[in-house]
Amino acid sequence: MFRFIVRRLLQLIPTLLGLSLLLFVWLHRLPGGPETALLGERGTPETRAMVRHQLGLDQPLWVQYGRFMKRLLTGDFGNSIDTKQPVMQEFFDRFPGTVELTIAALIFAIGIGIPLGYLAARRRASWLDNLSVGGSLVAVCVPIFFLGYLVKQLFAVNLGWFPPAGRQDVTINSTHVTNFYVLDGILTGEWDAAWDAIMHLVLPGLTLASVPLAIIVRITRASVLEVLGEDYVRTARAKGLTERRIRGRHILRNAMLPVVTVLGLLTGGLLSGAVLTETVFAFTGIGLFIRQSISNLDYPVLMGFIMIIALIYVLVNLLVDISYSLIDPRVRVR
Amino acid sequence: MTQLGKRKLEKLERLAELSAVNAADRGESLWREAFKRLRHNPIALIGAGILVLFILIALIGPFFVPYGIKDTRWITQVSARDNIIPGPSAQHWLGIDHNGRDEFSRMVVGAQNTLLVGVIATAIGLVFGCLLGGLSGAAYGLGGKRGRQLDNVLMRFVDMLLAMPGLLLAVSIVAILGPSLTTVMIAVGVVAVPTFARLLRGSMIAQSNAEYVVAATSLGVSRGKIAVGHILPNSVAPVIVQATLTLATAIIEVAGLSFLGLGNPDPSVPEWGTMLNDALQVFEFAPRLAAFPALAIIITALGFTLLGEAMREALDPKLRK
Repeated sequence: MFRFIVRRLLQLIPTLLGLSLLLFVWLHRLPGGPETALLGERGTPETRAMVRHQLGLDQPLWVQYGRFMKRLLTGDFGNSIDTKQPVMQEFFDRFPGTVELTIAALIFAIGIGIPLGYLAARRRASWLDNLSVGGSLVAVCVPIFFLGYLVKQLFAVNLGWFPPAGRQDVTINSTHVTNFYVLDGILTGEWDAAWDAIMHLVLPGLTLASVPLAIIVRITRASVLEVLGEDYVRTARAKGLTERRIRGRHILRNAMLPVVTVLGLLTGGLLSGAVLTETVFAFTGIGLFIRQSISNLDYPVLMGFIMIIALIYVLVNLLVDISYSLIDPRVRVR
Repeated sequence: MTQLGKRKLEKLERLAELSAVNAADRGESLWREAFKRLRHNPIALIGAGILVLFILIALIGPFFVPYGIKDTRWITQVSARDNIIPGPSAQHWLGIDHNGRDEFSRMVVGAQNTLLVGVIATAIGLVFGCLLGGLSGAAYGLGGKRGRQLDNVLMRFVDMLLAMPGLLLAVSIVAILGPSLTTVMIAVGVVAVPTFARLLRGSMIAQSNAEYVVAATSLGVSRGKIAVGHILPNSVAPVIVQATLTLATAIIEVAGLSFLGLGNPDPSVPEWGTMLNDALQVFEFAPRLAAFPALAIIITALGFTLLGEAMREALDPKLRK
């Protein structure tokens, strides 16, 4: 097990090196080079030369790459052109929002997806089965930002059940400890603040959940169908076990393995979807900030955020691999 | 011919007769069998029907559209102050868009652009993914120790592409190359490369242990020929299924890039993703302008998804009788 983890961590090194090289090339492909990104169009030749010297751009490329790597390794991604704050700080200020949104989406996707997939499999070819299979096929075809607009228009603007935008009502004066607004509200006992943050999570969470939900329904259904035909389920029935025990111990436990694997694969989709969803709902997470830095040409932010997200993404996938081998003893790690 | 030779020939002929099977009993090729199953699968038929319709619209439609796609002469009927945008009428089947252009004409021409962008993006992913995956798979399966080393290097490159969530990889590529329709196609194509590469590699490695590979090797067929002529044709089925499914996601991803401001910088060129994003500004008082391109994207993507899923089912050896 330990060797497996070490091996996987070592495999990450070339991946991340390659990514850093890509970002380095990106920085140098910018029109006018990094000094234009910093100074804008208004820099005089003298200030440009000065900035070039300060940034070490007059050095050979490999020296520059070395310095770039050194900064990356110390977690220094430079400052945002827009807000003048360090990119790292901007990231971790906004990251809790995206984590909250992603957790909300996963709660919807798992909470609805697994029971629905299970029921669809148990009542194969019923209207419920057809509806969930059909619905899951359609759900992956809807552009997520359009779904967000529809949901927002219907439930926030027309019906007024949920707030249309943001993470928390601005009129609520709440204390922020961790920047996880729901957690903050619970920690400080400001229940109205926590409740408000939860209400703000419902619509974006549902929107972001659409694709993972569809995938989980289909995987659960297929996997339960397969398990239902197994000998041990028949044996369990023959032994006279209660239906509840068969469902929990024999069917669901065995059917969950493929679902767990898929959950890891969904992280990438969730992070991509978060960029679009946060933009629709003006939800202040990393996604919205990425969208803004695209329009503001804030390259240090874009680069830094993408690098950090890639790192988180590979680590999550590693964790999923490890947990998968822990859940299923049959999976022998090489 | 000697007596012995004659007897031998007789024996051989008898053997041949015994092993020969009636034409009716002969095993059908995987593809033909899969196609047969597809033809009887209503889901495949619906998917194919949708696609044929949209492809026909894309191919023939632009010759028959009533108005020019950049013709803004109905702008006088659009009132920004009162938020009035004329809806469907006899002259304008789908109404006028917020820039005073005929929506129907733009939707039809948009079909052509959208499908073209989707197809080219998928083709980019398919070609480069298959080159990477095919080389990797062949090297791993047939190349011995050095082949495995080559495979290892190539796969680390694929891992690098996989290390970024798809949309963000596309965003980086567009940011490097600058936004244009070509860039969008490249970006969406590159996102699909690792999927194709992994799929073909896995499939080829699985095939390289098959008996026919051993047979070909013992007959002295060169390794290159085995890889291209024997293993590859037997490994492409999952890749073709994936390509069909990727066509759906490509169209959706193009729309997503438009939404992030990284689509085609010229919104006067109708492409459903661009049109959808453009229409979101007026979503509150003219939701139909967003609904038409959105529905078109959903239905087209659904067509590709249904066909792809049906193909996956048809080619699945577990389901073969």
